[in-house]
Amino acid sequence: MNPVTYALGIAAASLTLVVVAEMLRRRKLRERHAVWWVLAGIVALAIAVFPGLLTAASNLLGVEVPSNLVFFASIAVLFLVCIQHSAELTSVESRMRNVAEHAALLELRVHELEQRSSSGDAS
Amino acid sequence: MPVALSMTLIVMPALNEEETVGAVVAETLRELPGVSCLVVDDGSTDRTAEIARAAGALVARAPYNLGVGGAMRVGFRYARDHGYRAVVQVDSDGQHDPASVPTLLALLDDADVVIGARFAGVGDYRVTGPRWWAMRVLSAFLSAFTGTRLTDTTSGLRATGPRALTLFAQHYPAEYLGDTIESLVIAHRAGCRIAQVPVAMRPRAGGTASHNPVKSAVYLGRAVVALIFALVGAPRSVAADRLEPKAAP
Repeated sequence: MNPVTYALGIAAASLTLVVVAEMLRRRKLRERHAVWWVLAGIVALAIAVFPGLLTAASNLLGVEVPSNLVFFASIAVLFLVCIQHSAELTSVESRMRNVAEHAALLELRVHELEQRSSSGDAS
Repeated sequence: MPVALSMTLIVMPALNEEETVGAVVAETLRELPGVSCLVVDDGSTDRTAEIARAAGALVARAPYNLGVGGAMRVGFRYARDHGYRAVVQVDSDGQHDPASVPTLLALLDDADVVIGARFAGVGDYRVTGPRWWAMRVLSAFLSAFTGTRLTDTTSGLRATGPRALTLFAQHYPAEYLGDTIESLVIAHRAGCRIAQVPVAMRPRAGGTASHNPVKSAVYLGRAVVALIFALVGAPRSVAADRLEPKAAP
């Protein structure tokens, strides 16, 4: 394998891990969302350092072209992460809706209490 | 005994209805003495809330647009927390006649949800073309499902009795068309009885119903999807709700 390609693979995988680690450190990413990216980064780094791993895995699974295994695994991970995000978005929306309804009711109650107390002052 | 007007909450979801809401609230309070009227301002950018309050209504303002379903859930929660026995949904654009509310309340003796139906022989409200067919298909299906003859399942005039009120305060659906179709499915699956009563409608103050076949097809498609999700969804039970305020002492 061309040494430049070899270095490129390692650099890309390392960059991914560094970005995820830095975002975690800055609290811009929660652990539960980062776990997939950390796992993917570690696997990518392992394969970049030891390309033999990929060849071995492909042979084991009967995948003729090793890069196809990479594409397959990547797409599967991205697909699952997308579904997880959609599910989380749904639950966030429903919580936000709950909070909005709650806020509307509280505002009405504050208004009622204010009126009651101001009429109480007047009498 | 029908539910007394003093135990009834009229809920009006309103989105930018400053031209009509004042008159509708005033007419409602005049026609139905003793009734409470809650206008849920669903994220309006005009003076809807101010005008409704001046006309004598209670006003709850949603911080952003929740849709009719979300607005109605605010109304159901308010009714439950303040001990109302019935909720009647009335449109704030003036197309519903408040005088028909006692007719709906009378039927709550035998049913938990009463729909004010527009095509059931009273009045001259007409919808034609593909949209009519879309509404017919929905009504036919929901009639078969609930075992009651329903001719106008998308009507925005409906009364809810004490049992369905508790259910809806927790589970009123907020998705598109959920407030009309899915709510009936939820109510029926929870063991509530559904009935309809013919009412006369007035023409809408502004805007006309769509007669575009493509729009009607999209409407029917979305309605069918909403219906399928309602049917395959887990049945709702009356469970503890963590975000509840205590009723005012």
